[in-house]
This record gives sequence, structure tokens and C-alpha cells, in this order.
Amino acid sequence: MRVETGGNRLNRDRAVRFTLNGVSRAGLAGDTLSAALLADGQVLQGRSFKYHRPRGPVTAGSEEPNALFTLGQGGAQMPNMRGTTQEIFDGLQAATQNHVGSLRHDAMAVNDLFSRFLSAGFYYKTFMWPRAFWERVYEPIIRAAAGLGALSGEDSVERYDRAWAHCDLLIIGSGPAGLMAALTAGRRGERVLLVEEDMRLGGRLDAESFAIGDDTGAVWAAGIAAELASLPNVRVMTRTTVTGAYDGGTYGAYERVGEHLGTIPDGAPRGCFWRIVAGRAILAGGAHERMIGFPNNDRPGIMQASAVRAYLHRYGVAPARRIAVFGNNDNAWRTVTDLQAAGVEVTALIDTRDGVTPTVDCPVYTGAQVVETRGRLGLRNLDVRDANGVHRVEAECLAVSGGWNPSVHLTCHMNGRPIWRDDIAAFVSVAGSVPNLQAIGAANGDFSTAAALRAGVEAGGGGEVPKAEDGPVNITPFWHVTGVKGRQWLDFQNDVTVKDVTLAHRENFRSVEHMKRYTTLGMATDQGKLSNVGGLAVLAELAGREIPDVGTTTFRPPYTPVPVAALAGRTARGQFQPHRLTPSDGLSRERNASFVEAGQWHRAAWFPEGEETTWKQSADREVGWVRNAVGVCDVTTLGKIDVQGPDAVRLLDLIYAGKMSTLKPGKVRYGLMLREDGLVMDDGTCARLGDDRYVITTTTAAAGEVMAHVEFCTQALHPEWQVSAVSVTDQWAQFAVAGPQSSALLQGLLGHELTDAEWPFMGCGPVQIGGVAGRLFRISFSGEMAYEIAVPARYGDALARELTARAQALGGGLYGMEALNILRVEKGFITHAEIDGRISADDLGMGRMVSPSKDCIGKVMSQRDGLHGPQRKQLVGLRAVGEGRLLSGAHLFDVGVEPAPDADWGHVSSACVSPSLGAIALGFVVNGRARHGEQIRALDLLRGNDVICEICDPVFMDPEGGRMRG
Amino acid sequence: MRINCPLCGARDLREFSYLGDARLADRPAADASAQDWQDYVYLRDNPAGPHAELWQHAQGCRAWLRVRRNTVTHEILSVERTR
Repeated sequence: MRVETGGNRLNRDRAVRFTLNGVSRAGLAGDTLSAALLADGQVLQGRSFKYHRPRGPVTAGSEEPNALFTLGQGGAQMPNMRGTTQEIFDGLQAATQNHVGSLRHDAMAVNDLFSRFLSAGFYYKTFMWPRAFWERVYEPIIRAAAGLGALSGEDSVERYDRAWAHCDLLIIGSGPAGLMAALTAGRRGERVLLVEEDMRLGGRLDAESFAIGDDTGAVWAAGIAAELASLPNVRVMTRTTVTGAYDGGTYGAYERVGEHLGTIPDGAPRGCFWRIVAGRAILAGGAHERMIGFPNNDRPGIMQASAVRAYLHRYGVAPARRIAVFGNNDNAWRTVTDLQAAGVEVTALIDTRDGVTPTVDCPVYTGAQVVETRGRLGLRNLDVRDANGVHRVEAECLAVSGGWNPSVHLTCHMNGRPIWRDDIAAFVSVAGSVPNLQAIGAANGDFSTAAALRAGVEAGGGGEVPKAEDGPVNITPFWHVTGVKGRQWLDFQNDVTVKDVTLAHRENFRSVEHMKRYTTLGMATDQGKLSNVGGLAVLAELAGREIPDVGTTTFRPPYTPVPVAALAGRTARGQFQPHRLTPSDGLSRERNASFVEAGQWHRAAWFPEGEETTWKQSADREVGWVRNAVGVCDVTTLGKIDVQGPDAVRLLDLIYAGKMSTLKPGKVRYGLMLREDGLVMDDGTCARLGDDRYVITTTTAAAGEVMAHVEFCTQALHPEWQVSAVSVTDQWAQFAVAGPQSSALLQGLLGHELTDAEWPFMGCGPVQIGGVAGRLFRISFSGEMAYEIAVPARYGDALARELTARAQALGGGLYGMEALNILRVEKGFITHAEIDGRISADDLGMGRMVSPSKDCIGKVMSQRDGLHGPQRKQLVGLRAVGEGRLLSGAHLFDVGVEPAPDADWGHVSSACVSPSLGAIALGFVVNGRARHGEQIRALDLLRGNDVICEICDPVFMDPEGGRMRG
Repeated sequence: MRINCPLCGARDLREFSYLGDARLADRPAADASAQDWQDYVYLRDNPAGPHAELWQHAQGCRAWLRVRRNTVTHEILSVERTR
């Protein structure tokens, strides 16, 4: 119900309409969803995970285990959103979770009746047999029944971002400690980033009644916030939760940019995941109030005393007309006076401690405990036991304070373990657990406002401290009531009770980590913020040990749930990785090319024409063009490295197996690169453009790896060499012009003859193409008379169009990757399908390319016995005998022998159906070079392909090379 | 994790690629013993604690770096270019 006083966050003049389960509801501007429902008299706000118990909000913050809602619909649907932090807005669609039928009449509540069969570890015990039932029967049932909330299954329509932020000082939390730290450091000129999880600064200052100086806490906080906003070196981020602490002063944070808005502004994301780099950081995240275990302590209406005060002061809401207070510390008493000041009836203060004299004006029970509660969908009354017996207390809400847990989570994200402090009965962090992160204020166990302000000033660099309450907590630990019947909840979200922990202990799951996993205590989306310490206390009690000896479980990021979509940001779907487009991309799209992705590159695979309906028809036609006329293919994607300097030749001799120092200017040579272990890394060409200048090419696939390797050689192995190597892959557009008419095409383009004398096979040099300085290489990857012509990338599109038009005039045209592949298999040219990281130069029949007269990377290791010889799988050609086609990936067995792993002679690496030669392939066969002419069986059990083929030389077409040499 | 590149300043881990033990920069001579080559190519130290490693600022200036890193805490102890 709404009260007249309080409501620091409310705009009482503005009503907000939203829907819950499709029914229109109203709240006030400033309300959270849970606050609006409480104001409306609805304490029941959800059902529990396992037993489907009626539940209401326990907290007023992000540690909430119960009041979880599904917001939005379809692609915008978000499950498990905490009603205690979700601000309402006009048009908000909310739905309660975890019930079959209505929230009030949940069919699954029957689980609660069978709770004694569903205790800790029931999965492990119940679903052991029969074994076949697990997948077909048990798992589907459990999966249907389990889980918190649900996704719609539709693609997300929300956008998320990722961003970086940098600062000298990161302050996490803006309660009195955080505000003073930010103000002090900000005034000193530090670059401060103040991050607050809530919708405004102040922490609990607007949730309590006490003053700072002459102002209320809320007014004081607003004043500080205004000064911070005026400081240019201070940046404030609200609605942002720091979720993790990482190496090097890096923190993760999730900002709810649009979660509180009905309409997200155009271009803005729903949320943003921040990576914050901070010189140092202050954790001023406050503390969470603990609950106490007593029978049926999970009824709606039973909540933290601090939450009751927060609803009262922030939203002007009393969760019920009659409220009782139950605590084990002085702090709880404040709840009584605050409620009474707002005109709410307090029916009892129950203090577990004996001999205390609470300064309150209501019925008081000391040395007392709550031993039973009643009320089906919400608390109605409770039984209090003290020295004089059991008393019934009427109350629809019970405010509970079991003490406070400093929010140490972030300090544990790098393996730090908190330590126990007896005086406050709580864990605090150890300084240095996360380098350059300091916990202050309540997060460090300094619970009074004055202490928090002092700590903030000190951490910010020192200065004057405002006056505020400085009351001691005076806590006597009290964890749960003993000697009573009835379940006592520890973890509300995962439905774990004191009995479950007892059972785990009895079954010898006594390590705290074992107990956690057996009972699932603290494993829900709230990560046990409310339950962990209570669970440890019960375990310690059972084991007859002290809490610090039992230890804690591990806190891991994220502190609160982060949408996976936010971690991905915009790098999803089409923007998963950069798209690298070739210079002929526009032309290729105009020609309806189909594309194939080669790493980040999009390469044209084939260009359909006329009546063609399959890729194979197009590819065969394109092959025909190259073999009989002329084809043009974009080969820009091959890596290109410009190597210059007096020691360039020493570098090339080092990285290539062959001897490049004998290469003359104006010539190109094929080269094989080895890894230091002697196996083949890559192959490509090396062209000598001038005395000290070379351009080398790599395969498309290995361009990045080879570049890093070359840089390793020049920077790490031989920093003394005067040589520089730069990737120019993106700077030069390059096209293959291949076929008997290739010379004619280029002569027409260049306007002069290309004689064999001036442009011999494997020659290269500069050319002028319509006034543009380019390069021409007479090299061939097709086995035909061919050239590659290169121009600066900005001329690539124009050149592609010009070459294509000229090729068409000569009876040819563009060809794509499919035709290129057929052409190169016909010639036995290798790609990374062959050099797959297991292949030596000798396996390829290129053993003699490893120059004996110089050192090179991989030379020594390539000479090991195991890397050459007839016991190795050697490159061969394979030609299908009779019908059928060969598939790469097939394994090779002797004909008539039972196929088995130890009878496996090798595999097919590349296969194609050549328009002129039929089904052919490249492959590797043990001692293959000595087995030419033998028949072998290519068997692919996965695809059901079984073909007899003949082993032959890998060069199927024009073995003498007459066509390409001219 | 952040590495202070001598050319670019402190940058996030994502900009760097890792090669391994810094001894990979000490390549044996062609006539070194088989054992030396075996050690160079295959054997790496894997200490818990300070370790000299080779990293490349691949998404930055492309410099190869010799980085001393505590493998237990990920603390970066020193960074220098290999040349």
C-alpha cells in the first residue's frame, strides 16, 4: 500500500500504466515493478523454481532471488528480469514466471507436497535406472519442468553494443563512501569514472531516514551528484553494473541503456557491455542484508528489513498494514521507528539477543525467535517463541535482519578469498586480492554512514568529512532456528533448505564446494548473494567447525547476469567478422556470381550464364574458356609481401627452402616455405622487381601466418639485417589472365607485343596500363599460357571490367574458384588441402627444392629420417576406373582387402570431375610414387562413396608444361 | 590483461598474439647438434612464475615483443622490442 510520506524517487503526479500477465496495472513514475505491485497490495510476485512455492520480493535491489519477471514479447522477450530493479514505463509488458495456470493457482505447486522426494541430490538417486529412460523419459520431463523463465525462440530484435572506457580512478558504487571518494578525487583533478548500478546516485541514502549534516540523505546525495556533474574530469554512469574484475586493471560492466525506456531512441542499444581500464579502483558496493532461517521463512511478505525501509523511503510503499520486525542486531530497530513515523502499525520487534533493550515503542520480544509462519499466498501471522512460551503475532509482512554481508564479490574474481571478521560476523576482502582495487565503506565492513563517509574521503585523497550517524551494529550471529519442524529456506531461488545442507553433510558432501554442487545452493542467477553465508554457517555448525574454517565458495563473474547478446555486441550474424571484398566484387555481383568465403574474403565461385542451372555447368564452361580461349580471375586475395633492403635476399634465402639469391631481376620463382619442424608451411612465388626489391606471394589461407612469420624472422631472429617486409595484399589488385589467347588480350590492353624474349615464362616487370603503373608476371596456376597483372587497388574495378570485356571479345570471360580448382587439380598444383601441416617437401616430390647449399627455416629438421622416404604418404594422382566420382576425405585401401585402420594407405585431398579427364583427384598414398599404375579403393563411409581408382602422376594435363611455357 | 607496447603504449590483450617461450628467438646454427635442434623446436619451459615470452602486437604496430610475464598472476613485468 502507498503511504503519504516517503517516496524519494516518486513523481506522485505522474501515473504509469503497464501490464502484468496481460492485465493493465498502474504505478507511479519512479516505481520499480516490484514497488508498483506492492503499492497495489500484491506481494505474491512469482513462484519458486523447484517446489513452485508462492514467493514475493525479498529485497529491493539486484540481489533479488524471487521477484523475477519476463519482460516484452517475441524477439524482445527477456526472462528473469528482477522486478526489484526494473523501472516501470508506459507500455511495459511484464509476466510472472514459473507457474502452470495462474500465479495464484499453480498446477505445479503439487511438487511441494512431494518435497521429501525432491531433496538435494534427487536427480542422482532417482534417475539412475532404467538407464534407457534417462534420455527419452526423465530428461525431457525434467527439462520441461526446470529452468527459470524462457526465451521466445525468435531472433533478438534488440541491439547491443560493446565499448571501452578509460580512467585514473574507477569507483564502483555511489553510496556515501563512493560519493565522497568521487568528490574528493574529482576535486583533485583525477580522471574519475563513477559507476552506479541503480538509476541514480546515493546508494542507500534515499532508502534510510537519517541525515548527513543538515540535509536528508537523499538531498545530500543529490547535491553531491550535482557537483560531480559539473566536474569535467568526472564521468558518472548510472544503471551500470560492474560485473567482473580482470587482469591489468580491466573491469567489465553492463549498462542498461534502454531497459527502462518504452521506446529506445533511434540508434541506441538496449544495453552496452563496457570494458573499463582503470589505473586504480575503489569498490564501494555496499552490503547485502542477510535473512535468517526459520520454518516457512519464504512466504510472500517476509523480506529484508533494509528492503522494507527502501520501499518505504524510496517509493512511499509499505508492503503491508501490519508489519513485524525480526533481527539479531541494533540496525533492525530503525525499521520500527521508520515504519511508525509513516503511520504503519508495527506489531512486534523480535530480537534474538537476550538482555538487549530496544528503544522502540511496540511489543518487544527479546531472546526470541520466529518458529512458524502461516498464510498460503502471503504471510498472515507468525509464532514467536521466547522464555515465556510461544506467542502469536499478526503481521502480513515480516522485516528480517540477520546482519550484513559486505559485497566482496568483485575482490574475489582473481582467485582472492575473503576473510571472516568476528566483530561484524561477516566476510571482508583481503587488500590486494585484485591489484589496485580497494574495498571501502560497507563493502569493507564499515557499516555506519559516518565510517563510510570517512573511508570515501580517505580513499579519494583526504579532506573534510560530513557529519552523519555512527551507530555500532552490535550483532550476535544467529543463522537459523533449531528444535522446530518445517523447512527453513536458505537459497530462495534454487529452493535449498537447511535440511538439504544437512543431507549433503550426512552423505559426506562436506567440502563447501561439494555441498554447493550437491544442493545447488548459490548456483542460481543471484549467485547466492543472499544465501551463501547462511549455507556456510549451517555447514560449519554441522561439522562442528568455525565459519572461516569451512571457507567460501568461489565468486565468479558476472556479478549480475549479463545478456549474452551484449557480450557479442554488434559482432553477430552478418557482422560476425569483417568482410574482405575483392576489387572485382561489384563486377562479380553484377554477373550474378555465387561466392565462397575464404577466411574473411568473399571470392566469386562461378558466374552462371544462359540456361545453366548448376555450378558444375558454369565451372566446366569457364574451364573451357581457359583451356581454349582466355579467362580472367581475381587473385587479389593471395597474400602479397613487399620485401626491400640490402639484406632482402638473405631473408628470402632464410624463409624459402629454395635458393632465392640466384634469382635475377625481372624473374619469378616458385618457392616452398617450411616450418622450423621441417614440414611445409606454405607455397607461393617470389618475384625480383629490382636489385634490393622483391614481392612475394602467399596462399590466401596462410597470408596472415606467413606475414607474422616473416616479421618474426626480421625482428626476432635477425634484427641486424637491413630489410623491411610489408604486407601489400590490400594495396594491389591482381588478376590472372589465363589461356591461349592471354597474350593477345594483354597485347591489346598494353598496346605492345609480349614476346617470349622480353616476357619469358616466369618473367616479371613493370607495365603501363592506360597511364597507370602496374606489374605483369608471367606465371600460371592453370597450366596454360598465363599472366597475372597487378595495379594499385583503386584501379582494380576498372581493370577487372576492362580485362573481362577484352576476354569476352576473344571468346572467353570471367572464371571463379570452382573453375580455378578444376584447372589446378588437372595440373597437380597444390593448395592447403595438400599442405595440411603433416606434409614434408619430400612427400610432395619437392625434396630437391630444399637447397643443400644454404640454411633455411626448417632445413635441419626436414632432413630427419622420418620426414622422407617410401614409408611416408606421397602425393599422387588418382583417376577413377569406370563410373563414379572421387570425394576428398575418402581413405585409400587395397582392392579386395577388408577396410580397417591398419590397412589404410592414405587419403584423397582434392577431387574434381574434369570436363576433359573425368573424375580425378590428388591424394597421398604410402610409397605412392612407386605405385603408379596400381589400382586402389577410395572409400568414404560417411558419404557412402566407394570407387576403384588408379594411382598415377599428380600432373594429369600437359606434364611437360609446353602449354604454359609457350 | 594489458601489455605496454614500447611503440603504442598500454593496449589490451586482444591486440596481441602469443608465440611462446622467448628462447624461440635464439635459433641454433645450421650445424648445431641434433639435440640442440630438438630442444629448440620442441622443448619449452612452462614455469609457474616469471617467464620470458614472445608476443606480437599483431593488431597494432606489428612489433615482436619480449614480454616477461608472471604466469601465475598475469602480471606483466617488462616489455621490450626484440630489436
